[in-house]
Amino acid sequence: MPKYDIKVNGVSKSVDVAEDTPLLWVLRDHLDLVGTKYGCGIAQCGACTVHLGGNAVRSCSLPIVSVAGQEITTIEGLSEDGNHPVQVAWKEVDVPQCGYCQAGQIMTASAFLDKNPNPTSDEIKTAMHGNICRCASYIRIHRAVEVAATKIG
Amino acid sequence: MSDSSITFNRRSFIRTSSLASGGLLIGFNLFTACKPKVQPPVDISQLNFNDFNAFIKIADNGAVTIFSPNPEIGQGVKTAMPMLIAEELDVAWDKVYVQQGILDTENYTRQLAGGSQSIRLGWEPLRQTGATARQMLVNAAAVKWGVDPSQCTTSEGVISNAKGETLGYGDVVKEAAAMEVPENVTLKEPKNFKIIGTDAQNVDIDKIITGKPLFGLDYKVDGMVYACVLRPPAFGQILDSYDDAKAKSMPGVLDVIRIGEKAKELSKEGVGNWTVAMSKSDKVVVIAKSTWEALKAKEAISAQWTDGAVMESTEFQDKQLIGLLDGKEFKTLRKDGDIDKAFAKADKILERTYESPFLPHNCMEPMNFFANITEEKIHLVGPVQTPEFAATAVAGMLGRDVKEVHLEMTRMGGGFGRRLYGDFVYEVAEIADAIKKPVKLVFSREDDMTSGTYRPAIKYRIKAAIKDDQVTAYHLKEAAIGGNMYGLIPNFFPAGAIENYQVDVANYESNITTGAWRAPYTNFLAFAEQSFFDELAETMEVDRIQLRLDLLEKVKGTTDERIQYSPERMQNVIKVAVDKSGWGKKEEGVFQGFAAYYCHNSHVAEVADVGIENGMPVVKKVTCVVDCGIVVNPLGAKNQIEGGVIDGVGHAMYGDLSFVDGKPQSQNYDKYRLIRMGEIPEVESHLIQNEIAPTGLGEPTLPPAGAAVANALKAATGNRFTQQPFSKFPELMQVPTKPIIG
Repeated sequence: MPKYDIKVNGVSKSVDVAEDTPLLWVLRDHLDLVGTKYGCGIAQCGACTVHLGGNAVRSCSLPIVSVAGQEITTIEGLSEDGNHPVQVAWKEVDVPQCGYCQAGQIMTASAFLDKNPNPTSDEIKTAMHGNICRCASYIRIHRAVEVAATKIG
Repeated sequence: MSDSSITFNRRSFIRTSSLASGGLLIGFNLFTACKPKVQPPVDISQLNFNDFNAFIKIADNGAVTIFSPNPEIGQGVKTAMPMLIAEELDVAWDKVYVQQGILDTENYTRQLAGGSQSIRLGWEPLRQTGATARQMLVNAAAVKWGVDPSQCTTSEGVISNAKGETLGYGDVVKEAAAMEVPENVTLKEPKNFKIIGTDAQNVDIDKIITGKPLFGLDYKVDGMVYACVLRPPAFGQILDSYDDAKAKSMPGVLDVIRIGEKAKELSKEGVGNWTVAMSKSDKVVVIAKSTWEALKAKEAISAQWTDGAVMESTEFQDKQLIGLLDGKEFKTLRKDGDIDKAFAKADKILERTYESPFLPHNCMEPMNFFANITEEKIHLVGPVQTPEFAATAVAGMLGRDVKEVHLEMTRMGGGFGRRLYGDFVYEVAEIADAIKKPVKLVFSREDDMTSGTYRPAIKYRIKAAIKDDQVTAYHLKEAAIGGNMYGLIPNFFPAGAIENYQVDVANYESNITTGAWRAPYTNFLAFAEQSFFDELAETMEVDRIQLRLDLLEKVKGTTDERIQYSPERMQNVIKVAVDKSGWGKKEEGVFQGFAAYYCHNSHVAEVADVGIENGMPVVKKVTCVVDCGIVVNPLGAKNQIEGGVIDGVGHAMYGDLSFVDGKPQSQNYDKYRLIRMGEIPEVESHLIQNEIAPTGLGEPTLPPAGAAVANALKAATGNRFTQQPFSKFPELMQVPTKPIIG
């Protein structure tokens, strides 16, 4: 099998997998970074969201061959010790119920706020619309993005 | 009518011992008495949840660890249950470390997540345990000081005496371990609570926001392989043959095996119809070195399936259910007076039929489980709401002693009832038993959605008699797939309020596996009933709120023990909801709908506000008033309320799983619509303050939400929605130029 080099959370990694292996499973099964979650496998739920070159992407639908040589940030690498403003806001608002989708929510929110640090309520709704929370903690997700914006802005 | 509390003999359910590693270990039992002679282990690694189902550890340095016994599915018990212990133990909550208790039990019946009962049933025993431990620590300090224990006080883990001397819990923990277990501890008055009633963050919050391995799907051991299972694509099909040549040649694939023989043993274990249905067909399993390789190779297997006698489609099922409602074969679950006589004498009769589809649970974490089966041990790890049941069934299925089963619970990425059913545990156990390797079974989203234990499709027909401006009869008929309402549900409102009252049920035995789904039965029954009461008020030309209040008035003072809802508490939540929602006082363009419901021992009233955007009705806000007694953790409680309401609105609007020839027509989120951020209403929640023992909150706010929305949609559009999901009827969503106020 071919070898692919990727940089994950600032660390260079080399993985030996089939070219169509989604980044999600490379992270989870090969690099032991299980914070990125599997939800649907077809880029519909957002649980697998990571940053690729600073953009929020769905790792379940990105074959490793398409991201070779690029820089990826996962929830584990978003901050040194959970102190990214979005993580701090998530804690302050006490967002999670089951917690499974939250890493993906946080990765979507953090990439969004990087580009739009002072969003309107509607802009937050649009930005977060692609991430499903089955427990429906949406009200707190929305509030946490607003709180994070005040910390960043 | 009562909020029953359970009394315990403390001696019978608490044991203490000093730990080899230092500190005190208290073993206790939540819901049943323990075996009288058992002592807790001296080594913390030897915790045996067969003997005690929960433990507190107080270290020499005073640090407190509480092993939370019940599975966490997002309902917040891993935070709230330890809060009850910490309150009476009198320690600072931020100094308490909570750890998920391992579960491996054959003797206890209540270590599960379901029915919104964990807090209600844990309320007394958990506080008594904390109080007993505190008293032992105080007694030990009193002996040290040579004073009477009554002269000692505690605060946040420190014991003080009248002279102003202090000792930390850690200073006396060794002596306390040798103390008699006191018999008569006093619990705090609610007004003295320091932890109960305060906001506590989710105990796993730091791990969740940093992506630490918490969930079953994250669990991994050295040498573990991955399994994906090819199951019948349609309900009713049986595996005939399969060709695995291509799959076996794919990279990473270790083996392809056929399972099903062991699962057939399960039908002898009394595990329920759903398992029997699921184990009718053999299955094909791909074992691979990684999840992706297993998923891909599964797609490469070509299998032949034999159709069963009846391959059910939604249209066929609808006919069956309507046939049942029209028929005469019912089981009567409650009968008061004589409905037939009352209908014969009625001035007016109102009859309506309400229809709901199947719903998959769609936990965000798909079903999965780990197993490693050796000659010595059956090691199971993963997310299951009924671990004890799963352990017993696996042992029976494999012909092993349940004592060999070691089952660890992980945090669960949602439950909603799906993980009450251990089909995935039985599958992985059969696989692990065959391959003799540690293995993780993973469902793809498609597997998860198409081999579910769905919320059954149900139809209700409700008929009421009106005579002299009074409701004189109420007849509820239920036609359901795969089982009917149970327990006290037939005795919920309006039972007791109407003289002639009858609940009849009929069941269609289907190939499609069904089961509990958040607020089983009531999740749709509330919609039918509370929609019907609005129509009843319209027919009678009376105020819809007053109609409900008047009927509740008639229940006051009932001696019928089957009636456990409180008319007083129900009237109160209704009145508060009317007040807080600005009922009847909204500006033009806001249309309100009302619903009130009792289930899981809690009373809830909701008002939905619908506005018009671009000519379409939109749910803008839901005001939700809850009486669940004392609120242990308001921060967590409000999260449950908001989630339950939005879940209720979302499924009423969009949830729909249909079948063609036994095959589910939605397999993933591209074809199955769940409510998303852009579609949610604002939720304003109000918790009634009282000092009544707490009741459930994981489920009760969901059932009334659909009816509140339907009643508001009626006000906005003039159209009555009697079928879910509402999105299936866009023609009814048209807003007339002049809105009709119903």
